[in-house]
Amino acid sequence: MAGATLLRRPIVWRVGTVVALRDETPRAKTIILDLPDWPGHLAGQHVDVRLTAPDGYTAVRSYSISSAASVGNRIELTVERLPDGEVSPYLTQELQVGDLLELRGPIGGWFVWRTEQSEPIQLVAGGSGVVPLMSMIRSRATAHSTTPFRLLYSVREPDSVYYRDELQALSEQDKTISITYAYTRTTPKNWARPAGRIDAPLVTETTWPAKLRPTCYLCGPTSFVETATRLLIATGMGDDMIRTERFGPTGDRK
Amino acid sequence: MAIISRGFSGKRKASDVELPPGQYLTTDFPVLSAGPTPRIPLDRWEFTINDGKNVLRRWDWESFRDLPAETITVDIHCVTRWSKLGTSWEGVSLDTLFDDLKTDSRYTMVRSYGDYSTNMPLEDLLNHQAWIAFRFDGKDLAPEHGGPARLLVPHLYLWKSAKWVRSITLMDRDGPGFWESLGYHIYGDPWREQRYSGDQ
Repeated sequence: MAGATLLRRPIVWRVGTVVALRDETPRAKTIILDLPDWPGHLAGQHVDVRLTAPDGYTAVRSYSISSAASVGNRIELTVERLPDGEVSPYLTQELQVGDLLELRGPIGGWFVWRTEQSEPIQLVAGGSGVVPLMSMIRSRATAHSTTPFRLLYSVREPDSVYYRDELQALSEQDKTISITYAYTRTTPKNWARPAGRIDAPLVTETTWPAKLRPTCYLCGPTSFVETATRLLIATGMGDDMIRTERFGPTGDRK
Repeated sequence: MAIISRGFSGKRKASDVELPPGQYLTTDFPVLSAGPTPRIPLDRWEFTINDGKNVLRRWDWESFRDLPAETITVDIHCVTRWSKLGTSWEGVSLDTLFDDLKTDSRYTMVRSYGDYSTNMPLEDLLNHQAWIAFRFDGKDLAPEHGGPARLLVPHLYLWKSAKWVRSITLMDRDGPGFWESLGYHIYGDPWREQRYSGDQ
């Protein structure tokens, strides 16, 4: 499955069937789709989802794939409901098992992790930006890769953490992946670090030293990604070691 | 044949303006870029036009800003589906930069500080269609939006309007830049919805 081949293929609209839905948080849902003829995807890629009203009106938004890279016919998308959204409220509240969903993908060949990469990997997530990074973590597990991974996950409060049990199980079983949570609003009880945004001491203590030349994948709201990038560069990371994916109020993946 | 999404009606806003297919209106200005935002001191900034071997034209910040500038009001369209109408810029027309330059080359590769690149036919840069912009909405262009100066080619998707622009290389044959080699369309006309590689 060469990435280049995937990228050159025309990206056609496909129809998937919703086979399961899973609540991740009170605001986020994972949609599990069966897609015959899915060409496979790389960890970190996204799809465009198209909704069509009875009169033909359509709305399209992009969503990251959360499931592992594969050539199978199942993919998972995790969608956070935005209060003023047009597509995310439908996907998180209206969509049911058995419904059909049109999508196009996989899209994007830059913000991807390939199993043959051997350098240490630093993942930095802000809120729902964890979704494409989860695909990388799952791809690593599926491929039985021992590439060392670290995830720094900034999240509003304990209830907002996506994939909590799975991340905990993975990091307990496998000492080559470590996860640091940074709570911005409310922390769990007896949490050492007070609630607050990520800062230089936290980044220095919990991310890979720059001398190991890790590749860093940063995904989250624009202001978070800008801050995280500056903090990583301050630890000595080169620009060429940092890949970013950003979303704002509208330039958004949700 | 579209699949009707059971129970979906959408949130439509009445609008007198026609947008390119698949786009929706925004009033803010989202930021999308693939890596860190480069910070380029003005005393080290330069912009060149070259043919791949020789530099044909070169400006430092001072000589670039001495060129006649224009105020431009245009609509912009991002491949991530937002469109922003009536954006106001100040910049130097590429017609000014290419003035009296003779070339048989029909294609270009635009390069940026931070190693971004994007390709387009030379004719898309000329005839009042493209500018090197250094002010947005009356203020100096912020680094996250491409400052100190970015290309502005509003008739193509916004990824063609390279931020932190550094040079234009003339080429005899077309070839893909950064996003164009990662699955995005080689030309990128929003009105023909040329988003991804293989779109007609």
